[in-house]
Amino acid sequence: MSEIEKIIPIEVLRYRPEQDTEPVLQTFQVPFTDDMSVLQGLQYIKDYLDGSLSFRWSCRMAICGSCGMMVNGIPSLSCKTFLRDYYPVGLRIEALAHFPIERDLVIVMDDFIEKLESIKPYIIPKKPRTLIEGEYLQTPTERDAYEQFSSCINCMLCYAACPQYGLNSKFIGPGIMALLHRYNIDSRDGGKAQRMEMVNAEDGVFDCTAVGYCSKVCPKHVDPGNAVNLNKMESAKDYFLRFVMPKGTGK
Amino acid sequence: MEVFEADIAIIGAGGAGLRAAIAAAETNPELKIALISKVYPMRSHTVAAEGGSAGVVQTHDSLDHHFNDTVGGGDWICEQDVVEYFVAQCTEEMVQLEHWGCPWSRKPDGHINVRAFGGMKIERTWFAADKTGFHMLHTLFQTSIKYPSIQRFDEFFCVDLVVEDGRVQGVVVIETATGQFTLIKAKSVIIATGGAGRVFRENTNGGIVTGDGMAMAYRHGVPLRDMEFVQYHPTCMPGTGLLFTEACRGEGGLLLNKDGYRYLQDYGLGPAEDKPRNKAMELGPRDRLSQAFWYEQQKGRTIEEPHGSVVHLDLRHLGEAYLRERLPQIYELAEEFLGVDPAVTPIPVRPAVHYTMGGILVDGKCASPLSGLYAAGECSSVGIHGANRLGSNSLAELCVFGKVAGIEAAKYAKSVAPGNTASLLKQAADSQKQAEQLVTRLDGKKGTERIATLRKEMAQTMEDGCGIYRLGDSMQATCDKINELKQRFKNVNVEDKSSVWNTDWLLAIELGYQLDVAQAMAYSAINRKESRGAHQRLDGFEARDDVNFLKHSQAHYAGEGAPRIDYGAVKITKSQPGTRAYGAAGEKAEQEREQAAHV
Ligand SMILES: Cc1cc2nc3c(=O)[nH]c(=O)nc-3n(C[C@H](O)[C@H](O)[C@H](O)COP(=O)(O)OP(=O)(O)OC[C@H]3O[C@@H](n4cnc5c(N)ncnc54)[C@H](O)[C@@H]3O)c2cc1C
Ligand code: SF4
Ligand code: FES
Repeated sequence: MSEIEKIIPIEVLRYRPEQDTEPVLQTFQVPFTDDMSVLQGLQYIKDYLDGSLSFRWSCRMAICGSCGMMVNGIPSLSCKTFLRDYYPVGLRIEALAHFPIERDLVIVMDDFIEKLESIKPYIIPKKPRTLIEGEYLQTPTERDAYEQFSSCINCMLCYAACPQYGLNSKFIGPGIMALLHRYNIDSRDGGKAQRMEMVNAEDGVFDCTAVGYCSKVCPKHVDPGNAVNLNKMESAKDYFLRFVMPKGTGK
Repeated sequence: MEVFEADIAIIGAGGAGLRAAIAAAETNPELKIALISKVYPMRSHTVAAEGGSAGVVQTHDSLDHHFNDTVGGGDWICEQDVVEYFVAQCTEEMVQLEHWGCPWSRKPDGHINVRAFGGMKIERTWFAADKTGFHMLHTLFQTSIKYPSIQRFDEFFCVDLVVEDGRVQGVVVIETATGQFTLIKAKSVIIATGGAGRVFRENTNGGIVTGDGMAMAYRHGVPLRDMEFVQYHPTCMPGTGLLFTEACRGEGGLLLNKDGYRYLQDYGLGPAEDKPRNKAMELGPRDRLSQAFWYEQQKGRTIEEPHGSVVHLDLRHLGEAYLRERLPQIYELAEEFLGVDPAVTPIPVRPAVHYTMGGILVDGKCASPLSGLYAAGECSSVGIHGANRLGSNSLAELCVFGKVAGIEAAKYAKSVAPGNTASLLKQAADSQKQAEQLVTRLDGKKGTERIATLRKEMAQTMEDGCGIYRLGDSMQATCDKINELKQRFKNVNVEDKSSVWNTDWLLAIELGYQLDVAQAMAYSAINRKESRGAHQRLDGFEARDDVNFLKHSQAHYAGEGAPRIDYGAVKITKSQPGTRAYGAAGEKAEQEREQAAHV
């Protein structure tokens, strides 16, 4: 509070489908303190400068996955990116790359959700167990094997980073591949064959060039690129092109 | 307006809503379930829960212990029959989540592990590192995909219930992406919209936690129960209010004042020992810890920082490796948001609003007084939290009572006929008009009140009047202020006039909900002339008064005017109100109770 208020220019890509024929940049001068996140900057704009700016957010603590956007061209969670790091030059905020823009910083995420739903993201028990029998035994090592891949917050930053997804949105992509892998390697699960069967070869090219940018931008250390690569290696054992959209669910 | 015919409509797809949907689908796969959420389910605020979820597992623990901790922790205004049911179901629900894939932390032998939590006599908190809510929510969401009868309405915002012939028969929703209205007809409706912590200034809640469902039920005559009880969590980030979970203390974290002194020993929570002892010191209940902070601040023994006074949460002695294993998210929050390495430097913390103990009045079967309407989760008052919730009881509640609500709503839906679409549509059109008038305005004039200004003033007055300690005068000032804000709200300015993703409009609707909920809280508070749990007064009502106030408050909506407050009985089965003590005094009191019981 005793801090001297500084002003930072924030350039935001606006798109209001009812009024703009194409996205336009708009600059706001935002007073800020060093502890303010980019999200707080946007909230300031909405509260005091322009109530019509739209963006998704909720938790403010990098766990709900809502607030992904491009900050100076880099896929970022706006709630854990800080304004101080862009002072005094300022920053540019745009909607996540590779997704259609619905409005301003809000993208259409139907494709991601359909992919998530298509891979049977739930335990298909190896050996069903009744509640009275209690929990499945799972050692810390067995848990650790998949834990990292279960930490995905569905923020889609990796999709905005993925050159392959940018070229061909039929590619199942890093985040969902990590989720699929998470269930396949869970010691309680026996559904791997079913999941892999659904991943079909004909619907597009799988051509992950292993640049690893997806893992680099991931805010939760999921390392989705590793999930893709582990499965790529495995796929070589039988057939190669299996990481594309399941039959029938692609758009 | 479009019409969608469902059997059951569930508003909210957080932990409670998802668990209810699955239970309803399993009870009767024929029923069509509409699962409505203003955000994608995995964004719901359950995602932010860190510490863990309760369920008795250890051989030296018992359901009685869990019951006693919960009822005593709630300062005896819990519905004891409901608590008995609750503690008996928790463990099965945790196992159910395990079968669905929840990555619970394990012991070396492969069994699930439990940790200590505040106010709990024996370790019984199941945890998935410090991302328990995240893992529970994703597990429930992903599992719900298995059930074809669950039809999701993601990013649909609910504006009203439709009530006809004395029972609820549907809900009215806006599709955020288009601004279009839909009437979802349903034979039963479950509200699972979460808490209302955002009516306060500094809080641990996400932006979506605005009490919508509470307000919707309230406006249709359903009482809100025990709304004066709002929990302050003692260890939050200054400024933003982001939470440092109680598990920090469960794992051995210490609270220090500006002299490096473990001040809790001065507030009946001692003695201070090197090893953590359950129900003592840092593992005392939240209300007591937040109150102790307040006194330290009065005594000038806190540390002054730009965002207010703080004390230190010291985790240094636990070491980096252990912290990274048990509290990885806390570690990152401290590093990224505060620039503090908790293995090297203590974390500055202060209390912030965290949880609404009260909510929509329901019985032990999650049924509200309005036929066909059920509620579960933080929006509801099923009666287990009393005047102060124990950490880790809430996530368990989502599962136990989400399931009950799902089963009961499914049964009810089978028992009634579908309503008359034409007349329901007429009501829905009225709700639509009401919502649209916020943008178009009846008088055609431009509103002059900024949404953000009204919201800020509301949050400030709630903190001033209904904070950790309360005074009659300041509560009265808060009541007056909320009444004023409700008047000014009529003149609110929604700048955005468009249909696609008009969040300005939705924020205005939410603010309307928040003002009603805030009013219910403030009036319930000023009328409770005693101190109990999270409701502490300093104006002549410092003591608990079982003669006059061993009862639940019930706030009834009165439109323009102040809510009418009346009271309901508290169900006592086996625990008579006793002295609520912690630390050494608590152990002594407990021994005496046990001895008395054995004579
Ligand atoms: C930071 C934090 C940490 C916590 N840690 C713990 C813990 O360790 N242990 C514990 O037991 N408890 C904990 N709690 C408490 C617990 O997490 C919450 O009480 C609980 O998750 C609430 O779940 P819910 O399902 O009732 O609501 P939520 O998860 O909040 O979900 C509400 C749902 O309702 C929907 N909704 C709301 N309004 C509308 C509307 N108008 N139209 C359509 N949909 C709507 C939302 O979209 C959302 O899907 C914590 C709470 C917080 C804030
Ligand atoms: S893998 Fe990482 S970047 Fe991709 S969606 Fe999940 S959390 Fe986000
Ligand atoms: S607001 Fe939830 S991840 Fe940023």
